[in-house]
Amino acid sequence: MRIYLDHNATTPVRDEVVDAMLDVLRHHHGNPSSTHAEGSAARRLLEQAREQVAQLLGAAPDEVIFTGSATESNNTVLAMAVSEGRGQHVVTTTVEHPSVEEPLAVLSRAGEVEVTRVPVDADGRVDPESVRAALRDDTAVVSILLANNETGVVQDVAAIAAVAAERDVPLHVDATQAVGKIPIDVNALGARWLVGSAHKFNGPKGAGFLVARGAPVHPYLHGGPQEKRRRGGTENLAGIVGLGAACALAEAELDARTEHVRALRDRLWEGIRKSVPDVVRNGDPEHVLPNSLNVAFEDTAGEILLEVLDGEGVAVSAGAACHSGSIDPSHVLTAMGRTPEQARGCLRFSVGPGNTADEIERVVAMLPELVARVRAVPR
Amino acid sequence: MSQRIVVGMSGGVDSSVAAAMLKEAGHEVIGMTMHLAGSNSRCCSLDDADDARRVADKLGIRFYVGNYKDQFREEVTLPFADAYLAGRTPIPCVTCNKRFKFDHLLQRARALGADAVATGHYARLGRGGEGPSLHRGRDRSKDQSYFLFNLSAQQLAHIRFPLGELTKQEVRDVARGLGLATAEKPESQEICFVPDGDYARVVEQLRPEAIPGQGEIVDEAGRVLGQHGGIHHFTVGQRKGLALSGGEKRYVVELDAERNRVIVGDEVALGCSEARVEAVSWTFDPGPQQSLRGSVQVRHQHGGVAATIVPDGQRSAIVRFDEPVRAVAPGQAAVFFDGDRVLGGGWIAGRLRPSDSGQAGRERARSELRT
Repeated sequence: MRIYLDHNATTPVRDEVVDAMLDVLRHHHGNPSSTHAEGSAARRLLEQAREQVAQLLGAAPDEVIFTGSATESNNTVLAMAVSEGRGQHVVTTTVEHPSVEEPLAVLSRAGEVEVTRVPVDADGRVDPESVRAALRDDTAVVSILLANNETGVVQDVAAIAAVAAERDVPLHVDATQAVGKIPIDVNALGARWLVGSAHKFNGPKGAGFLVARGAPVHPYLHGGPQEKRRRGGTENLAGIVGLGAACALAEAELDARTEHVRALRDRLWEGIRKSVPDVVRNGDPEHVLPNSLNVAFEDTAGEILLEVLDGEGVAVSAGAACHSGSIDPSHVLTAMGRTPEQARGCLRFSVGPGNTADEIERVVAMLPELVARVRAVPR
Repeated sequence: MSQRIVVGMSGGVDSSVAAAMLKEAGHEVIGMTMHLAGSNSRCCSLDDADDARRVADKLGIRFYVGNYKDQFREEVTLPFADAYLAGRTPIPCVTCNKRFKFDHLLQRARALGADAVATGHYARLGRGGEGPSLHRGRDRSKDQSYFLFNLSAQQLAHIRFPLGELTKQEVRDVARGLGLATAEKPESQEICFVPDGDYARVVEQLRPEAIPGQGEIVDEAGRVLGQHGGIHHFTVGQRKGLALSGGEKRYVVELDAERNRVIVGDEVALGCSEARVEAVSWTFDPGPQQSLRGSVQVRHQHGGVAATIVPDGQRSAIVRFDEPVRAVAPGQAAVFFDGDRVLGGGWIAGRLRPSDSGQAGRERARSELRT
């Protein structure tokens, strides 16, 4: 049996979610935009899912817009924020996900935005004061990742929101990695826009969402009346229903899940720390997702360790794999002050609700020998 | 006996078939593409990794991509540029093979619990009682043993060349038969990170700060015949790009990096009767202490000529060709063969021309070249 410890990449879809989706695929072919009975039935399912998402995040249903992915949601927000006329300046951080970093790079090359990237400390945290210092009169948006996908480090978004609010600058929070893992309340966070995706918390792939509060939303995809003209394109109803079901499960189980994955994650780190020499944990151990553990194994290549673990039946991640599978040193870890060489030797373990204590013990037991084997590979 | 074997898969038809044949033979095969150069390069870029992955999926084998971009630049592409700037004609493929396809890959294979690596090279391995021996591939038109001369006996013991007994045509037939996505993929001819064959431009991109400016084209007596745009545009034996008016055919016979000079001469001046070879290695242990006879190949697509190889010190040798060889270029490899067996080889450091051994030698060279 394989041991899957890569839940920050994606998660297995829960049976309840699969059942809800299959029901849609088998019995509800209607288009939610149609007036007839089939359309109305589909529409009801769509709106029920919207309520489930809103419920989990403390938003109003009308504030929830379904998209194809968190990446689409982030692109939508950034394009919209700079077209609102507040200004062309964007404040973000050096540890963002590519779905924020790359749209900003494109907009920046086109001369449409000017980006200030606030640094993080050695633990991966952003100081709200440096956000304050970066704000300008023409700042259109502050864009920040709630929980980092690689390290799991959680930012003090509420404090950053307060700083932004002083200058009346809207806040864009990419919460993709955090939804379903820690409690999230858009009100408490002070976010104008909040982004997430179903597949990170036991829902299907291809079902993202955007919570947009306040001012009107300009569509990124034009083409139809769907989502109140805020996102064109016939809705991925099965995916959206799966997203809603995953939200309902997360809401019901959040505390138990958190407790379970935290205990496993802590045991994993304890085991690694005691049995493998020359390891360092990356990221603030206090402000971190309960399921995430990023470890620097000194004098190793993470990509080789990953392959070796894969051969032993264990799935983990090493930095950001590109399309082909070639792994570059993580920009998140280098932004935290690690050298590219150190960053190459890091592995991310991300635990999920389905993992067991026995699985963690097996991984702890096999790691010392495997790490030693990889350390023997000259680089 | 079934083994776990890591196959270096470039995304081309040859390594695809190598992997397929080992799988067929019952081995546990792990495919690995080494990501060496940036995406502008044709070989070992990410598109090729996709092709390799497609083949691996078809074969049902594990597949990974190893990131070696930084090391490749350090160990292969920058030294390639530096060699041109020093007036040599490098063959980066030899270093790439030894360091990446074998050193790095073999180490990585060991971590994965494999004891051997395989590639799609056209070369054969003999497994006699005295240890492994390296031989030319059966398809002489595709033979790649020249590029593998500096593999050590120790490395050879852990290498497999499944295509050694096949012709290219047979390899394509196997690929078609298995329905591999790479079956009809065109041949790669040039150096992978110089996809359009424009070496000078690649040198300029790699070492913009070190590019020599205009220099003089001189004859062997030092008379200035014209100007050139930097010695990195030239290689020994070249005629193209000299832009000299009239007279007899002239070739680049030497590159003087120190003075940024291109030295030209006639066909006879291009002949080489003796070459100094450095960083000599042998494919068997221990290497010879005394001179030996063999056939020496001085570049890819060269048939080899009979010669005496005289070991000279720890890791160098003098190669005395039985007859002058045309356009022996420093920086290329001189590979020693006994029949089709690779004995070893080294890097050509310098040459002695027929003219260097007096008028008589020059005359002899002239008559030999005519025949």
